[in-house]
Amino acid sequence: MIRKTVANVQDALLGVENGMTFMLGGFGLCGIPENAISELVRLGIKDITCISNNAGVDDFGLGLLLQKHQIAKMISSYVGENDEFERQMLSGELDVELTPQGTLAEKCRAAQAGFPAFYTPAGYGTEVAEGKETRDFHGKMYVLEHAYEADFSFVKAWKGDEAGNLIFKGTARNFNPCMCGAAKITVAEVEELVPAGGLNPNEIHIPGIFVQRIFQGEQYEKRIEQRTVRSRN
Amino acid sequence: MLDKIGIAKRIAREVKDGYYVNLGIGIPTLVANYVRDDISVEFQSENGVLGMGPFPYEGEEDADIINAGKQTITTLPGASFFDSAISFGMIRGKHVDLTILGAMEVAENGDIANWKIPGKMVKGMGGAMDLVASAENIIVAMMHTNKRGESKLLKKCSLPLTGVGCVKKVVTNLGVLEVTSKGFRLVERAPGVSIDTIKQATEGTLIVEGDIPEMAV
Repeated sequence: MIRKTVANVQDALLGVENGMTFMLGGFGLCGIPENAISELVRLGIKDITCISNNAGVDDFGLGLLLQKHQIAKMISSYVGENDEFERQMLSGELDVELTPQGTLAEKCRAAQAGFPAFYTPAGYGTEVAEGKETRDFHGKMYVLEHAYEADFSFVKAWKGDEAGNLIFKGTARNFNPCMCGAAKITVAEVEELVPAGGLNPNEIHIPGIFVQRIFQGEQYEKRIEQRTVRSRN
Repeated sequence: MLDKIGIAKRIAREVKDGYYVNLGIGIPTLVANYVRDDISVEFQSENGVLGMGPFPYEGEEDADIINAGKQTITTLPGASFFDSAISFGMIRGKHVDLTILGAMEVAENGDIANWKIPGKMVKGMGGAMDLVASAENIIVAMMHTNKRGESKLLKKCSLPLTGVGCVKKVVTNLGVLEVTSKGFRLVERAPGVSIDTIKQATEGTLIVEGDIPEMAV
């Protein structure tokens, strides 16, 4: 067994620097690497590029990094729900690259799986395809999209073991598995870290080979963005 | 004329037994409430769930189980969770039978615009571009005109496009229209709505052939 555990979030983030590109898992506030984000805020590193489907809300998730003006560029598919984000984008302080959600996921997966690029129909004929190579396959047009290149991936899983194997829960899975092994260093934070042998190999979603560092997060707020319920009557 | 619930009820009749269906945010989400009980349908949410159920009972919300609108949801027996690459593989690979989404504008050739108003609103396209580029059967749910009373069914979209030549059918507060090679073909009128009203509210080419029935909702 190759041990991937580190003592804490400080050790997990050793080597992060100004100007780096990070992938961050999560959809909305669901399944975001809360502890890694807090540590990035504490470290105060700047000029970072974030590849993340969303940009958090004003006072949680990536919104915390936006508040401190640590992010120079966001690569996302949907950035509503965040006034500070909108302000920085419209004023030109923040560079924003909007990418279709499936393309964003696949650009991560391509990096993970060793594909330099791939063709997708998403965005053909729209401004997303401007300046990109297009090609006809069987009478339908496709756009060439390139794999991302990132320095760190920060992902969040439900359970993990010392070997870096991961299991996700519910829709908190989202982009997290696609980002594992898609950057030079993948840092996984989990709610519950168990010894090797503590997870059933049949039930592992992401094998530890894709993870370089794993730690148990100190706490998870798991904030709900839209609390929708029905009455029992 | 139909309200939002009326539009959702009419679209629900397009959902057939055995369909996997992706519902967009807004009116499309309401469609799930009006699908017949005697057919088997699974709803897909592109953030990574198939077999979505209703909202949870109060106190049973789980922050780890949400839909693409970031709302807390439940799952039904037979449901599954998956990652975003698999989710869009289902969509791109045409395994999802029907996509229902909202729009700001639809053009008579099936172009759709629903993600950006330059200088005003840029929230992003989310999964909409992937959905419209791949789905074989796309129904748009929207009001026939915007808040200023201007038609949303146009000869050509004025806003940045989400996809080209992809919309098959539009259900609005005024009627049901099919996108054909010659323009919007009026199929049904909403209750109490005249053909003239629909003509006035449609900037794109409108084809009215024969008797246009009033829809049964």
